[in-house]
Amino acid sequence: MKRFIGFTALAVALSCATAQAQWSDGVIKIGVMNDMSGTYADLSGPGSVLAARMAVEDFGAEKKGMKVEIVGADHQNKPDIGSNVVRTWIDVDKVDVIVDVPTSSVALAVNQIVKDKNKVFLVSGAAASDLTGKACTPNTIHWTYDTWALANGTGNAIVKTGGDSWFFLTADYAFGHALERDTAAVVEKNGGKVVGKVRHPFPGTDFSSFLLQAQTSKAKIIGLANAGSDTINSIKQASEFGIVQGGQNLAALLAFITDVHALGLKTAQGLIMTEAWYWDLNDANREFAKKFSAQNKGVYPSMVHAGVYSAVTHYLKALEALKSDADGAAVVKKMKEIPTEDKLFGKGEVRADGRKIHPMYLFEVKKPEESKGAWDYYKVRATIPADQAFRPLKDGGCPLVSN
Amino acid sequence: MIEIFGVPSQALFGQLLLGLINGSFYALLSLGLAVIFGLLNIINFTHGAQYMMGAFAAFFLLNYFGLNYWFALVLAPVIVAATGVVIERLFLRHLYHLDHLYGLLLTFGLALIIQGLFRNQFGSSGLPYPIPDSLRGGQNLGFMFLPNYRGWVVIFSLAVCIATWFVIERTRLGAYLRAATENPALVRAFGINVPRMITLTYAFGVGLAALAGVMAAPIYNVNPLMGADLIIVVFAVVVIGGMGSIMGAIVTGFTLGIVEGLTKVFFPEASNTVIFVIMVIVLLLRPAGLFGRAA
Amino acid sequence: MKQGVIRADLMPVQSRSEMIGFVLMLVFLLAAPAFIYPVLLMKVLCFALFACAFNLLIGYVGLLSFGHALYFGWASYVSAYVAKTWGFTPELAIIAGTLAGAGLGLIAGLVAIRRQGIYFAMITLALAQMMYFFAVQAPFTGGEDGIQAVPRGKLFGLIDLSSQTAMYLTVVGIFLGGFLLIYRIIHSPFGEVLKAIRENEARAISLGYKTDRYKLLAFVLSTALAGTAGATKAIVLQLASLTDVHWTMSGEVVLMTLVGGLGTVFGPVVGAFVIITMQNELAQFGQWVQVIQGVIFVICVLLFRRGIVGEIAALLRIRL
Repeated sequence: MKRFIGFTALAVALSCATAQAQWSDGVIKIGVMNDMSGTYADLSGPGSVLAARMAVEDFGAEKKGMKVEIVGADHQNKPDIGSNVVRTWIDVDKVDVIVDVPTSSVALAVNQIVKDKNKVFLVSGAAASDLTGKACTPNTIHWTYDTWALANGTGNAIVKTGGDSWFFLTADYAFGHALERDTAAVVEKNGGKVVGKVRHPFPGTDFSSFLLQAQTSKAKIIGLANAGSDTINSIKQASEFGIVQGGQNLAALLAFITDVHALGLKTAQGLIMTEAWYWDLNDANREFAKKFSAQNKGVYPSMVHAGVYSAVTHYLKALEALKSDADGAAVVKKMKEIPTEDKLFGKGEVRADGRKIHPMYLFEVKKPEESKGAWDYYKVRATIPADQAFRPLKDGGCPLVSN
Repeated sequence: MIEIFGVPSQALFGQLLLGLINGSFYALLSLGLAVIFGLLNIINFTHGAQYMMGAFAAFFLLNYFGLNYWFALVLAPVIVAATGVVIERLFLRHLYHLDHLYGLLLTFGLALIIQGLFRNQFGSSGLPYPIPDSLRGGQNLGFMFLPNYRGWVVIFSLAVCIATWFVIERTRLGAYLRAATENPALVRAFGINVPRMITLTYAFGVGLAALAGVMAAPIYNVNPLMGADLIIVVFAVVVIGGMGSIMGAIVTGFTLGIVEGLTKVFFPEASNTVIFVIMVIVLLLRPAGLFGRAA
Repeated sequence: MKQGVIRADLMPVQSRSEMIGFVLMLVFLLAAPAFIYPVLLMKVLCFALFACAFNLLIGYVGLLSFGHALYFGWASYVSAYVAKTWGFTPELAIIAGTLAGAGLGLIAGLVAIRRQGIYFAMITLALAQMMYFFAVQAPFTGGEDGIQAVPRGKLFGLIDLSSQTAMYLTVVGIFLGGFLLIYRIIHSPFGEVLKAIRENEARAISLGYKTDRYKLLAFVLSTALAGTAGATKAIVLQLASLTDVHWTMSGEVVLMTLVGGLGTVFGPVVGAFVIITMQNELAQFGQWVQVIQGVIFVICVLLFRRGIVGEIAALLRIRL
């Protein structure tokens, strides 16, 4: 029962006669699962499969005698479909590692299945900080970003630069509540005040009444604790009601460069957000972006794509050292032992709770006249050093962390 | 500042006005459904997809033909109504002699097809459609800032609703339509082309849906799923109003929009479900709906 | 007089063809795990039971419940919750789910039964949508995450269900139990009254039957069994999520029954098998599945109203 989207087989002849490595079924199978056709298709989607492929090529797996196959699938942002795919992938198709998986509800479901079957799970797309907290397992590593890092980056940095009164517009479901809660905690810790909040039904279409309440509250910052099309709609309608012109600023607590692209700079200018990676930060990133977009219909890589690249690179590195892919927990243990280094994220490490550590960045969206062209959207407002960017190890409640 | 139930009166009136705007969409859509059901006894589940097609038609007219919003207001409903004619001729016609439920199932299937096709083609993030220049900006009413466009929505929907009601209830054409539903054979005996009338009525109802879609395009996201959840709320509105009552659909639509707006102020988490709760209450007290005739 | 929703089912006697069909089905179920992925089979069985429960209403009472996912999904949540948080053994969890389905069905039925036909369908749909939004917000359902990592547990405290074989046999048992129960209901005096109500309710009332009560009872039975299906699914797939209460799920069960054959005994089972395997095979086409399902709907309504089993039965002049 095969379930492949855009099947990209990198079947390499096992030419090296001196290979001592024993790969289960002779092949290292990487399964990239994400939203291939819905809201998150642009920030993950087929781009993540491409990023994985580029990672395998750059690693030189062929020359090292490692036969690698990559398969992709669409989970349509539903935990039941995601679980189904992963279960079949592992049971029937002998996939060894699951990569990406945006949408926290799916990631949490996959997290459990991968643990039960002792494979490896490298999360790049999902946000739930519980993956390295109470839901942590010895088989999962959380790459790229999480809700705590976002709340910390955006909340902290904004309060420090004068945005000390907040009004939250929250999507009324578990994720929205978590985002609101984490950010409110950071705001208050830094001396700011939460002057009001309103929960909108999820998914929502018309935010006018809630935005009206936000306007009446006269808070300096309106925090959007929602995601995807809810965020885009809130921002569009806020611009319709002249909220930014009226002197209030919008803080998107979960937004990606692809959202800015969908909104256009005219509507999105001045928006403040936290991301883990941006293509225009240095030469290595720019080079990667150029190569990537050429194969991705001109769409530039998001931080999720970069995370997939980095995760797959490190996975292959660990496999090379361990010379076996059969025991998922052992591979992850190796990945935590070896410090990480790749051209996109530089040097970093994977902590005991499965959290990958690297710096985070606070970005502000440029005004239309400041941008030199498509995808030139951000200016850096602040860099959050790696040791402050993520939740402290002891605060997570991860059972793997011995106290 | 006077406070009513702990909410500043200014904010309250602002929310009421916004509720009225939402109510316009409910009214337009339930009007279309009521016309189709009242006169044809078909539940048009495709209504949500046709609303969406209206918005997309406006988008295409603008981006491929350079025709602005004002053209779209007229053209988009006509285009989508034409597809309605095709649907009626090709599919619905064969089901009139069967149980009504088959009509519902067919239109449900059509809705899935249309929404699925659009979704495959355009993704689900949505496409931008700008507010027409002549309606940009807004009025500062003192208690809130009212975007001009939203004010226009209310006025235009009211006009369309009243015009439709007038045509159906007060003109000869409307009389023919109403007679044709009650006794098609007799009406045909009078020499009136009943099948054509039915087709045109369906097309008209569909056109109303598309009109609502065009009006929604500048303020809500133009995306393939914009009608899917909305249509179920509109069903509830029509059940509350009483199926087949034109005036009932209009009044209920506007009223429920206002009620929903108030809920957003006092109890925002429930704003999604308040209309359904009201439906349950109305059904327990008046099974035929507020304005409906007893089954 | 308008043609009824399904062909009239006039013979009250259990037929030989139905017996043969049952034996064939049984043989298939016992042999299938050898060549079909067992988890897929279990999923099919859960949905087959769901479709059979739905068919009880539409095929034999003439009521189209367009929001049946409400009972399936919420029973799934209840069963997942009690199994995970309160440590219920699987059979108790499934019973809890069934009771939840019945309870919700009772409340919904009291509201909806007063109307017929189209109105009934729309009301059930609206109620289901209301409960969907409720599920999104209620804390115990886990919202978007759903209830995950539901333990398979030990059946009766003895048999460990994490073994694929044990789980499979349990699911087959539950399915057959539900199936036979429905069969028994259809071929009983109660079932006869239901069919009479479907054919001509006014006449049934004039004969002295309190039709509303019969309809309500049938409704609750249907929702209870839909609940059993949902509860079992939660244990098998170890997950209860929003998909189970969404209106597309309600549409799917209608589709399964329509494709298989409304008002036939085996129709829903065949329909569930067809639709679930189709979804599985076409999963790589992601969004096209919805379009394909829509096309199947349209084709079935226009040309193929009897469904697969219905057509076979008509061809062979037997009853299935």
